[in-house]
Amino acid sequence: MSETSAVVLEATGVTRLFDVSRPWLQRVLVGEKRRHLRAVDDVSFAIPRGTTLALVGESGCGKSTVARLAVGLYGPSSGDIRFEGQALSAARSQAALRRRMNMIFQDPYASLNPRWRVRDIVAEPIRAFRLLSSAAEIDARVGELLTQVGLAAADGEKYPHEFSGGQRQRISIARALSSEPDFLVCDEPTSALDVSVQAQILNLMKELQQRLGLTYLFISHNLAVVRHMADRLGVMYLGRIVEMGPGEEVFRNPRHPYTRMLLEAIPDLDMVGVARTPVGGEVPSPINPPPGCPFHPRCKLANDRCRVEKPAHVRVGEVEVACHAVQEGRAEA
Amino acid sequence: MLARFLDSDFVYSFRRSPVAVVSTLVVLACVVGAVGAPWLAPHNPFDLASLSLMDSLQPPVFMADGTAAHLLGTDDQGRDVLSAIMYGTQISLMIGFLAIIFALVVGITVGLVAGYMGGAVDALLMRVTDVQLTFPSILIALLVDGVARAVLPRDFHDRMQIYVLVFAIGIARWPQFARTVRGSTLVERGREYVMAAKVIGLSSPRIMASHILPNVLGPVLVIATLNLGLAILDEATLSFLGVGLPPTQPSLGTLIRIGNDFLFSGEWWVTIFPGVMLAVMVLSINLLGDWLRDALNPRLR
Repeated sequence: MSETSAVVLEATGVTRLFDVSRPWLQRVLVGEKRRHLRAVDDVSFAIPRGTTLALVGESGCGKSTVARLAVGLYGPSSGDIRFEGQALSAARSQAALRRRMNMIFQDPYASLNPRWRVRDIVAEPIRAFRLLSSAAEIDARVGELLTQVGLAAADGEKYPHEFSGGQRQRISIARALSSEPDFLVCDEPTSALDVSVQAQILNLMKELQQRLGLTYLFISHNLAVVRHMADRLGVMYLGRIVEMGPGEEVFRNPRHPYTRMLLEAIPDLDMVGVARTPVGGEVPSPINPPPGCPFHPRCKLANDRCRVEKPAHVRVGEVEVACHAVQEGRAEA
Repeated sequence: MLARFLDSDFVYSFRRSPVAVVSTLVVLACVVGAVGAPWLAPHNPFDLASLSLMDSLQPPVFMADGTAAHLLGTDDQGRDVLSAIMYGTQISLMIGFLAIIFALVVGITVGLVAGYMGGAVDALLMRVTDVQLTFPSILIALLVDGVARAVLPRDFHDRMQIYVLVFAIGIARWPQFARTVRGSTLVERGREYVMAAKVIGLSSPRIMASHILPNVLGPVLVIATLNLGLAILDEATLSFLGVGLPPTQPSLGTLIRIGNDFLFSGEWWVTIFPGVMLAVMVLSINLLGDWLRDALNPRLR
């Protein structure tokens, strides 16, 4: 590897808006302005080489948008994303750098083209980047990749529908690895799988990370999965990262009221029979977010300041938290 | 590969459907008779030397004056009706096929680009399609034919008439394909396998051609089959109206028009037999298309 930096991917103040306005004519007739959905709001993070940054949050909190921003499927509306020290759009225009990032998707039934044989699916990045030229070399490499993810080399002859969800996700991983990347974005890679299969896929991903020195951006809504995978953990709420720090630290000592609420909700054998605080309320609409702290309508600690002023990220120990209550010391209860 | 195909649901449902089997056999017979006309037809209706006015307007073989030499009788020029039908079917089928292929190429391209690109490109292409759909196809075909007649020199026009018809029918039929392909493309382009291709930086034309196209072809082929029958009818209609093929190069429609003049003087066979042929062929193609639509629809399995 020629250019290696300690930080593989760095996002600074990234915001992404989506235009959700109605068609022009209807808008003019009703006299309505353009409307934007703020899917990702002022998100910053850095992922050091060989580590996993996990993002958790409820549905619609902007996790998947972050994943797509990180591989350049979407451009940021404002803010800056750098890959290997270069601006992401510049990095993506060079095949040599683009090759080094890839993505694993959520739905193993939609992420493989049903009309393609598995060997062509896995070989697609190899062909796209012209990594190998002869058909024999490509075949050999595809066989090697399939074996690496726990399938047989002969499976390359089959079509995706002949495999189970877990096997398909292995194919998806083999495809992602075939361009020999060092950065993988995993957008809920196990949420469509059975629990027993989830563990297999996660262990495979951890093993590959150690063997190949991969860097992961890991998106999930499943806290148990995240605890297993994350070196650093970011908790997202309504497009913002409300708490970010080393994974174990966040789990053992959650500071933000939202993180606490999520962790309280995890089923736990020790807690059988103990009354729990339910995760109440709905996530507000990102088209029309509440003023101040986006979490205040659901927060027990919210006061007048929370309803008006957006909290900034503040370092507390190893963790960064965006919460007035934590800063003011009101959170310790 | 072949064994696997013969074992598939598709072949199973084909065998279970007598309508599909019969209509396939009829269509195959039409195609064989049409393509093999130069070798299979008892006479060559284009060979002026072999025509004799003495043979004109002979009735079919099962009537009192019929002869075995002309099984379905002869027309006013003494041309063998059976042979003329075989040659005519050849021309009709060829125009139908070429017109549908032309419509497919235009429709699939427009549909893919509109569906994949979205936005202003999509809006523009779809408005063009909508406008085109408001005209009856036969009207567009008449218009194209009229323009071609006015623009091209006469003898050149006669030679090019087949291609003018192909263009006229094809241009009238592409919007259906464009709409269907656009609809399927809108579904496919949001799938994660398309995103996977974008992540590795494949170009849009390449994604459209290698990823989306194979996944949107199914429904289009069903419509293409149904439209093949309609395209053959379009051609017959145009030829019947006299703006199609000249009598020197008769398609089924031309034969029906020529025979129409003799219907009331009792020589019904000159027009009825090509008419029956046309009806049977188009009906079989449509039945086949109907079956194909059901067979490829997973919800009806």
